[in-house]
Amino acid sequence: MFYYYLKLASKSIKRTPWLSGLMMLAIALGIGACMTTITVNYLMSANPIPEKSDQLYYVQLDSWSPHFAAREPNEPPDQLTWTDATNLMQAQQAFRQSAMASSGGVVQPDNPDVKTFMASLRLNFADFFPMFNAPFLYGSGWQYSDDVARKQVAVISKETNDRVFGGENSVGKSITIAGEMFTVVGVLDEWVLVPRFYDVTTGAFSETEDVFIPFYMKQVMQLSNGGNTNCWKSPEGEGFEAFLMSECINYQMWVELPTDADRDAYMTFLNAYVDEQKALGRFPRPHNNRLSDVMTWMETEEVVADDAQIMMYMAFLFLFVCILNTVGLLLSKFATRNGDVALRRAIGATKGAIFAQYITETALIGLIGGVLGLALASLGLQAIESLYGDFISELVHLDATMVVLSFGIAITASVLAGCYPAWRVCSIPPASQLKTQ
Amino acid sequence: MLSMNNINKVFRTDLVETTALRDFNLTIDEGDFVSVTGPSGSGKTTFLNIAGLLETYTSGQYVLDGTDVSNLSDRQRSQLRNEKIGFIFQSFNLIPDLNLYDNVDVPLRYRGFSKQERHKRITQSLERVGLANRMKHLPAQLSGGQQQRVAIARALAGEPRFLLADEPTGNLDSQMAKSVMALLQEINQQGTTIVMVTHDPELAMQTGKNVFVRDGQISEHETLVPVALASNQ
Repeated sequence: MFYYYLKLASKSIKRTPWLSGLMMLAIALGIGACMTTITVNYLMSANPIPEKSDQLYYVQLDSWSPHFAAREPNEPPDQLTWTDATNLMQAQQAFRQSAMASSGGVVQPDNPDVKTFMASLRLNFADFFPMFNAPFLYGSGWQYSDDVARKQVAVISKETNDRVFGGENSVGKSITIAGEMFTVVGVLDEWVLVPRFYDVTTGAFSETEDVFIPFYMKQVMQLSNGGNTNCWKSPEGEGFEAFLMSECINYQMWVELPTDADRDAYMTFLNAYVDEQKALGRFPRPHNNRLSDVMTWMETEEVVADDAQIMMYMAFLFLFVCILNTVGLLLSKFATRNGDVALRRAIGATKGAIFAQYITETALIGLIGGVLGLALASLGLQAIESLYGDFISELVHLDATMVVLSFGIAITASVLAGCYPAWRVCSIPPASQLKTQ
Repeated sequence: MLSMNNINKVFRTDLVETTALRDFNLTIDEGDFVSVTGPSGSGKTTFLNIAGLLETYTSGQYVLDGTDVSNLSDRQRSQLRNEKIGFIFQSFNLIPDLNLYDNVDVPLRYRGFSKQERHKRITQSLERVGLANRMKHLPAQLSGGQQQRVAIARALAGEPRFLLADEPTGNLDSQMAKSVMALLQEINQQGTTIVMVTHDPELAMQTGKNVFVRDGQISEHETLVPVALASNQ
């Protein structure tokens, strides 16, 4: 009977094209608004590294003031000091670990035809690449021994390689970064992380950096701080070294801990480290160390912005209003079908059959509304991209899940909208309508 | 075939109570062709609606083909209508955007017949009323008489034992009315029980039995004596 109902539904839609079109438009507007905001929220909250997100932990140590918390109510700071980052790295207690920081520097290509440009820099340790499954086009990352030896090696992004070396395999070639000569050891392939979870302090939806160099180059080259730097007390002394050794925070640290036992052991190590530092007169606050896996860290840092969520709730309210309008239009449309219903009831249709016939019609309207809604959502996402620029382009595309969800919401919404009108029409006493035909 | 005993039908609103049928008693045997006549508002259509299970009654007993219909569910009443009763209406009640084939197909769909069975029955019904060559036409492309023939084909397609006709010639000119009446007589002669409500005494005289209804009751002394019976007396 389903195909029969579908045939009747299509005839009914053709019979009242304007009224049906208005309903489709109402549903399409609601779906368009909803899917635009849901897509942004969905991609914002997506797991960027599902294969090991429960094995990667962000490290927090509460090195803050004895008088107030870094973040209320009693949150530890979201970054580490240079002292703690380097101490934890030297301890090498995790399966993999990398402290990191962001900075910037001028890249001077040897080729005179290529202009000098400002590049974003990530300062990190060797484990950064295998820990975050960074994809390599050529070569690989460096070794921990290179970190310790402060070797001037670099991994560059595909975009940087295209720009400086014309896309050729540049492993072994030299590149001048912030006035120092580095040897390229690896070229990354396209690496899109949404969100870019390893450093949300400089923007969870920023692109991965142009150049990656060893962490200790920060000290060697006296590179400036990127991202947020916060201090609870002034540095003791003047100059770069004093600032580096201060209680100011600017460094992130991730560790890879494959098992729960590894995690517990690392937490024990962190607490012991803090006790050791307390004995040296640091860490005036009680123990408040944290290890947060990727998704927990995304939640803590509120990667999905509040206003994006509010927009999504408002879009759902808008969809609700659209559905109410659709209910009104359906009541009006079905009211003209009383004679048809009475006849069908007289010649053997049950109430259930009539209900199914009209619900099929509303579902078909919903499906077409859903297709139009997807087109509107697509336009909405393009509008967001043009408003906010390329850096959120990864956030503004509809994937298969979103397409299926759109149709699901559209059909569910229209079926819900159709329930009351369909129930009304199938409850009409047939005898009252047959004479008036 | 049909037995109504002391059927009462009262329509109630907040303000008034109207009795449409009052202690209505009627028995119709299998193969009868019964005409129901009476003035407007006498209860003819209410009787027909109750007989066709389109309306419930307030009290009494109604047995259709051996089944007491008093306590049937909506689904059972729908099934009984679909399998045993055919309806013919004054205004034809064809679905305007379905062609003749699809109009006749409607009751068969609810019966759950296979595609082949439905096709066979639709073709046969339309052939029987002489419209097999126009099955792809829309109702609006036919004359009133032809539309009523399609309605008869629709009623016959399910091979009902009981045909209810409410003023089937009311919207037709005399020539077409004659042709439709002749078709109904032919159907009756083939064994189908027919109850026809009409205002036209001439048509009533052509049926096997007449029931005259006044004020919701059968008025015995006003009942017409159909031609067939009169000639036998």
